[in-house]
Amino acid sequence: MDDALVRAGRALRLALLAALALLFLVPFYLLVRNGLADERDITSPEWTFFPADVRWGNVRELFQDPSVPFARSLLNSALIAVATTLGTLLLASLAGYGLARIPYRHANKVFYGILGTLLVPAAVTFVPSFVLVSSLGWISTLRGLIVPTLFSAFACFVFRQYFLGFPRELEDAAQVDGLGYWRTYWRVVVPNSRPVFAAVGTIVFLGAWNSFLWPLVIGQDQSAWTVQVALSSFTTAQVVRLHELFVAAAVSILPLLLVFLCFQRWIVAGVERSGID
Amino acid sequence: MRRHRTLWFWVFVGPFACGLALFTYVPLLWSVGLSFFDAHNTVTPTHFTGLDNYAAMLRDAAFRDSLKTFLLFTAFIVPVTYGFSLALALMVNRVRWARAFFRSVFFLPAACSYVVAALIWKMSIFNGVRFGLANTVLGWFGGDPVAWLSTTDPPWYWLVIVTVRLWLQAGFYMILFLAGLQRIDPALYEAAAVDGARPGWTVLRHITLPQLRGTSVAVLLLLVVNAFQAFDEFYNLLSDARGYPPYARPPLVYLYYTALGQGQNLGLGSAGAVILALVIAVVTVAQARWLRLGRTDGDG
Repeated sequence: MDDALVRAGRALRLALLAALALLFLVPFYLLVRNGLADERDITSPEWTFFPADVRWGNVRELFQDPSVPFARSLLNSALIAVATTLGTLLLASLAGYGLARIPYRHANKVFYGILGTLLVPAAVTFVPSFVLVSSLGWISTLRGLIVPTLFSAFACFVFRQYFLGFPRELEDAAQVDGLGYWRTYWRVVVPNSRPVFAAVGTIVFLGAWNSFLWPLVIGQDQSAWTVQVALSSFTTAQVVRLHELFVAAAVSILPLLLVFLCFQRWIVAGVERSGID
Repeated sequence: MRRHRTLWFWVFVGPFACGLALFTYVPLLWSVGLSFFDAHNTVTPTHFTGLDNYAAMLRDAAFRDSLKTFLLFTAFIVPVTYGFSLALALMVNRVRWARAFFRSVFFLPAACSYVVAALIWKMSIFNGVRFGLANTVLGWFGGDPVAWLSTTDPPWYWLVIVTVRLWLQAGFYMILFLAGLQRIDPALYEAAAVDGARPGWTVLRHITLPQLRGTSVAVLLLLVVNAFQAFDEFYNLLSDARGYPPYARPPLVYLYYTALGQGQNLGLGSAGAVILALVIAVVTVAQARWLRLGRTDGDG
């Protein structure tokens, strides 16, 4: 009796999970379906699961439409995401290592100064940061979109916690060989810390690619639009060409889905670090 | 030797610390300064107005409404996301078949941006005309089409706003809960079984949930801070070529239009940012108190 109950519960759980999983995939399906359909299929009052014909030509049309700077915004997003990721990894890992391993009288004060900025949500500082960036003359430049976002207290914190637990024997051996802090860091510490770099890097990359408020505020000219800003301005525009909008959105998440599926292990590790510790 | 070390400390930490100071502390202080001036379209104002900006901000009904919107939004999104992601984690943790698949599917929306998600919700699922998915489903049950985003009575737009965020975030918090579940010592469950506790509700209530305390606290803090920072989905769901509707403006949307809209009133915007920073600080501290963050039992 009990056994049957347990088995029924297990089957119920599996069915519920499968139903929820399908529900979670519907939005992705809609994106692709509408992106490859023609206008009539999307707005037809008789909604069909499959469009009448699949039009791969929509993708070409998107990139050839001169009124939409989509290729340019993709390039901007790629440049920003790569530069932000590399810059953040370099700056935050160096700082995290210094804080964890190099003895200095005021190291704790510096650390709390960095940690304190985590209490100020980045979104609350967007007005003051906008003021600063505009007085530097960086509005609508890639500089303005990248440089202010390079200093992630969260990344620094994750690196410091990680380096505190790094096996000291490896570093001691390097110092015996006469390597200073700098060369020890590059030759011993970095090559042995790839997982944490991968975890932080993928999270920073996802965040940079998907971020919206800062690029919206700083990238005012069309030439400095990121993919998210471009999509948003199509969504809120007066005339919307639906199939183009959907195919653009589908193209915009394609690189991310690839990164996500290839690096999922590292992203999960990064998320786990971001919540607790 | 000591000076040598100090030098190296700053070689490693200096670039990051200087950048953080320049792009976080300087704007913050500058903004506090600006908030006491009449700063229309300028960042170097000369007309000192004392607390006028703060008074104007607090008198502004739209600003107070934005705080109410935040409270309402938090009241919806925090318990719903918490419960749903915890339930997902519990189910995925116990399922024996295709576990990695389920974990990936629920986590996948986290790779999607709010802009893209809002676009799907606004233009396809909840677009308010007959061909929208939600209205099609409603039609199967004989319901009339609903203009989801422009109906204020009843406020159907909340359903749209809350489900976007739920879809996008639930997997992220599920991962946090799964990590917490993995850390629970299996011996506790064995001991409970020996004591005759039936698997299910009793074990969940007396072992699993207390053991997840640390994770729960972290999840709740993150949920509230993230709800406070909500901007992307509100902006992309509700604004159109004519601007933003007069309802459902969370604080950041309000601030965006005040500080960077037509007037570019940076003094007023800065005062708003300072008030919001204080609000979020108070909310965070109160929440930490309420959850008794310092408690050391449970996991950490």
